[in-house]
Amino acid sequence: MSELVIQLTRAGFLALLWLFVLVALRVVRSDLQSASGLRMSVPGAGKKSGKQSRPKTKSPRQLVVTGGALSGTRITLEGRPIMIGRADDSTLVLDDDYASTRHAKLSIRGQDWYVEDLGSTNGTYLDRTKVTGPTKVPLGAPIKIGKTVIELRS
Amino acid sequence: MAATSTNPDNREAPGGPGKGTGAATTTPTRRGTELVLLAFAAVIVTCALTLVNLNLESQPPSQILYYGLAFLALFGLAHLAVRRWAPYADPLILPLVAFLNGLGLVLIHRIDIGNAAEAERAGDAFSPAAPSQVLYTALGLVLLALVLVFVRDHRTLAKYSYTCGLVGLVALALPAVLPSVIAPNINGAKLWIKLGPLSFQPAELAKILLLIFFASFLVSKRELFTTAGRRFLGIDLPRARDLAPVLVAWAASIGIVVLERDLGTSLLFFGIVLVMIYIATERAVWIAIGISLFAAGCLAAYSLFGHVQQRVDAWLNPMTSDSGYQLSEALFGMATGGIGGSGLGGGRPAIVPYAKNDFILAAAAEELGLLGLAALLLVYLLLTARGLRAALAVRDSFGKLLAGGLGFAMLLQVFVIAGGVTGLIPLTGLTTPFLAAGGSSLVGNYVLVGLLLRISDASRRPQQPSKPQPQQPPIAEAHTELVERPR
Repeated sequence: MSELVIQLTRAGFLALLWLFVLVALRVVRSDLQSASGLRMSVPGAGKKSGKQSRPKTKSPRQLVVTGGALSGTRITLEGRPIMIGRADDSTLVLDDDYASTRHAKLSIRGQDWYVEDLGSTNGTYLDRTKVTGPTKVPLGAPIKIGKTVIELRS
Repeated sequence: MAATSTNPDNREAPGGPGKGTGAATTTPTRRGTELVLLAFAAVIVTCALTLVNLNLESQPPSQILYYGLAFLALFGLAHLAVRRWAPYADPLILPLVAFLNGLGLVLIHRIDIGNAAEAERAGDAFSPAAPSQVLYTALGLVLLALVLVFVRDHRTLAKYSYTCGLVGLVALALPAVLPSVIAPNINGAKLWIKLGPLSFQPAELAKILLLIFFASFLVSKRELFTTAGRRFLGIDLPRARDLAPVLVAWAASIGIVVLERDLGTSLLFFGIVLVMIYIATERAVWIAIGISLFAAGCLAAYSLFGHVQQRVDAWLNPMTSDSGYQLSEALFGMATGGIGGSGLGGGRPAIVPYAKNDFILAAAAEELGLLGLAALLLVYLLLTARGLRAALAVRDSFGKLLAGGLGFAMLLQVFVIAGGVTGLIPLTGLTTPFLAAGGSSLVGNYVLVGLLLRISDASRRPQQPSKPQPQQPPIAEAHTELVERPR
């Protein structure tokens, strides 16, 4: 086989390898965006979706754990109630000695999210106030459950 | 948007999460992306095989296309298994693994050809390694599917943690204590168990079992590791009695070096323990303690044992040392490859002894060059990153620790072997995951990937409305409680 063909295929194969890596990186990037709730608001991704994702009143989009063992975890809010506790079927499963099996519940009414204590032993605190009934959760207000702190973010 | 526009299910459905209207949303499963990437990997592997055959046999056998299709079919079946049993799993993990495994098969085939020519010249019998590696790939994929079928929720694994720990420890220690009829000393390491024609490394299985054990153990005993002891030089030192688990792990890993004569496995296990403690506690002091313990142990092992000294000598003086032949040949090979490599089939990687097991990275570097090797290492990095991503996103501590540990185990393994082959650290006999010839390693790593897929599935799956609705009074009928003055 001629030397030229060998050199061309050699370079071509390396290019192919890197193309694979780049495509994989691309998938990572799109995954990052969809997971962080940004929803493809990159320039050129389509103006329609860009406008859609910016409502005038900021409604919470995700629940972020800011303190405790699970800190860093994000859960996208989808309108379904969020159960928090040590039970295995909770949305956010805590293993915290200070949390109850069914500790608290976050649910949506209209546009607002409400936190509710489900009769836990050690209580749920919203901004250092003990939650006694369903209480409206403002954006960014810390909810303390045992050693775990969560907050809602847009 | 080149990559994302290839398939429609890539993009999140309009009216995505956070609209606050309670409308059901569809989270993309991204299985289509996975299939496209798998096909891409199959194309690369077919191209690689074609190049090898063009360069070495100067005519392409007509079956190459069939090999490529068979490869795609094999991973296509795995893809269907993922689609069926872990529909929300990470779309990148399987294609990346297919890429590495396929390229590994081609490289092994290529080294087989080189070895066969050498054996023919010397008049020795020669049996190629590529066919058995294909079998092990199929077996590994079957096991991956079985993991997905039987482990429906990774949290069930936590229930068997002590069993896993015990079995893992026994498996780890087995080759060391068994008589050398069953556990022969191969290439200076006592890591294999041989039963008739079958031989395997129990350490590969033990790795995963012990990971499960540590994840579960650390979740329940996390407090133990965060209790602060004395402050010293601005660092919170742990209490002396809390050091016991680390000391046990350290003793076990030193035991591996001494009894099984394998520094790589020992480093792998100790590294996994340290990183998992670090992930669980977020305290860097554990890493510092662990590394100093390990360094002390290694120094002691170096001064006491001949085989360790031999390894270090081969590492420091590969050209002059008696046992440095393999490493120096590998270094020459990589130097020959240079930036762009000699092209697949253009180099002579088969000169290095054990080129298809321990030194497959050297073979890749010779034929694909620095550029190709960097791409391979980047794929490993991506694979680990996807593991850590699953760890970040999953919603329970056990899953977090397990995924973090599994992802890191893969990276550490690549570091130890790549460092050894390139002369950064003393060479140890770890296999390159998915790339190197070796049945137990390949099968073990497929089980590992199966678990990662399961955890990533759990982390990306949208929350189902909790099945057993807890009996709780509606908001209107909530208990009347005494309002306490907030503290």
